[in-house]
Amino acid sequence: MTLSVALRSHGPIPLDLSFRVAPGELLALVGPSGAGKTTALRAIAGLMTPNVGRVTAGDAIWLDTSASVNLPPHRRHLGVVFQSYALFPHLTALGNVLTAMPIPDQMEAQRLLDLVNLQGLANRRPADLSGGQQQRVALARALARRPKALLLDEPFSAVDRATRDGLQAEIIALRAHLNMPVVLVTHDLNEAQMLADRMLVIDGGRMIREGTTAEVMADAAALRTLGVREVAALLPAVIVAHEDDGLTRLDTATGPIFLPRIDARIGTRLRVRIMAHEVILSRDRPVGLSAQNILPATVRAVVPGDGPAVTLRLALGPDDILARITRRAAADLALVPGDTVHVILKTMSVARDHIARQTDPA
Amino acid sequence: MDWTALTLSLWLAFWTVAILLPVSVLAGRGLAYTNFRGKGLVEAAVMLPLVLPPTVLGYYLLVGFGANSHLGGLWQGIFGHPLAFSFEGLVLASVLFNLPFAIQPAQRGFEAIPVALREAAACCGLSPWRALWKVDLPLAWPGLLTAMVLTFAHTLGEFGIVLMVGGSIPNETKTIAIAIYDRVQAFDTDAAGVMAATLVAISFVTIAATYWLSARLGKRLT
Repeated sequence: MTLSVALRSHGPIPLDLSFRVAPGELLALVGPSGAGKTTALRAIAGLMTPNVGRVTAGDAIWLDTSASVNLPPHRRHLGVVFQSYALFPHLTALGNVLTAMPIPDQMEAQRLLDLVNLQGLANRRPADLSGGQQQRVALARALARRPKALLLDEPFSAVDRATRDGLQAEIIALRAHLNMPVVLVTHDLNEAQMLADRMLVIDGGRMIREGTTAEVMADAAALRTLGVREVAALLPAVIVAHEDDGLTRLDTATGPIFLPRIDARIGTRLRVRIMAHEVILSRDRPVGLSAQNILPATVRAVVPGDGPAVTLRLALGPDDILARITRRAAADLALVPGDTVHVILKTMSVARDHIARQTDPA
Repeated sequence: MDWTALTLSLWLAFWTVAILLPVSVLAGRGLAYTNFRGKGLVEAAVMLPLVLPPTVLGYYLLVGFGANSHLGGLWQGIFGHPLAFSFEGLVLASVLFNLPFAIQPAQRGFEAIPVALREAAACCGLSPWRALWKVDLPLAWPGLLTAMVLTFAHTLGEFGIVLMVGGSIPNETKTIAIAIYDRVQAFDTDAAGVMAATLVAISFVTIAATYWLSARLGKRLT
């Protein structure tokens, strides 16, 4: 059941957007604050009506201004996790989930609470739950109606960093159970990259760029909106060993890398977010260097930007990585697509929350 | 002690509350959640009985209830007795002059519910009717309780309008407030004193019980 969205609205918050999200796919709407991300989400939910628009989920038409169709929110079969969670304060966690069910089903509600790891907290009221626990209740409640689409509005913005990392890992694990289209609104590019299959960059209510996270990250227009400091690529890796000196050894497609100790079992598959401005390139394999991680790569594309830097897309086996170096350096190295280079990564340059666990070993 | 008058006052208060409870839920919720042209005028009209002299409201009600008016004529045609100077007329008058006491606190109660919660209720698939039962009423009840207690106590104490619209017919329109006035006029200060003290006691117990109840329930809910 694909979610198909086309919205156009003039002021106070202008919108001009159209996109589709496939079942099971997670699309991140990213952009600076005030870009219209939340407004777009509200229009999908029916909490706001655009001047012109069409929103469909599979066969169900939720909004079609040309045919004067505009279903109220409660008749749009979707689940929403609000930024503030908006849990019903007078109901327990279980009560919150039951309320969202067309036919209350105690067993199913309990199963949903278990799914979001809230075992034993079913009878607590929101006031007696931590921010992270409230967020899980909100997610279980959003799933309770078996929605045709799931909308997440900055769902991690109100919890502390440690909780956020845990919740994000859970969402990734939960993805296997989510067979509906998911739209995530966030201003946090790391979050978007870690969780989303595709990204849609918006600014001023208009779409700047849509594509896979790798495509968006290598796009000059998207970078202008998002900021070049945020350019990064996700590198898949598998944990192979925990070394005695506090480092964890991972295997990538073209060789091993070392990162500060990661608390996960050997065999765990990860995605490591490599910031493009942290990447150093060398024509020859360097020797006598403090950096531990040196991987051979092939230049795929050289994307000039506006400023003094260029972005390079490099192939590490089947995976892509991005590097931002100065125009001057690019000219000195005379890199062109097809060239072989060595990618140098500083072990300490990868932040803890830039590592997303994909699967635990069975 | 005029027990007939006391019973009549309690019945009048009961019926006024019974009629105004659904009215205040619907009107209070409507005024709290929607914005429409002329909302200010509606709110002003609801508040009007609070500032008008009881005699002014009583005069208009008396004219409106009379056999020559549409309402009065219709009533007489259906029930065979006039609306003015009847218990039913008194209930109708009581409902009207209690509108501000019932609707205003109810409206505040509904306004206190965060917009995000109402939106969440809709996004959970709750129709406006189910949201009323599942979310709005459980959260707005302190306002509704205040509304109903004020209405009850105010009905017991209302004098001017009751005198204008009801006269002072025993067992029909002679409420305890009228009976006190009646006794004072007859220099029966003892009887007036007993009834006045009874009214003070009932009103005080009602309001004190409400405070106690809302503090108790309020603690459990938050």
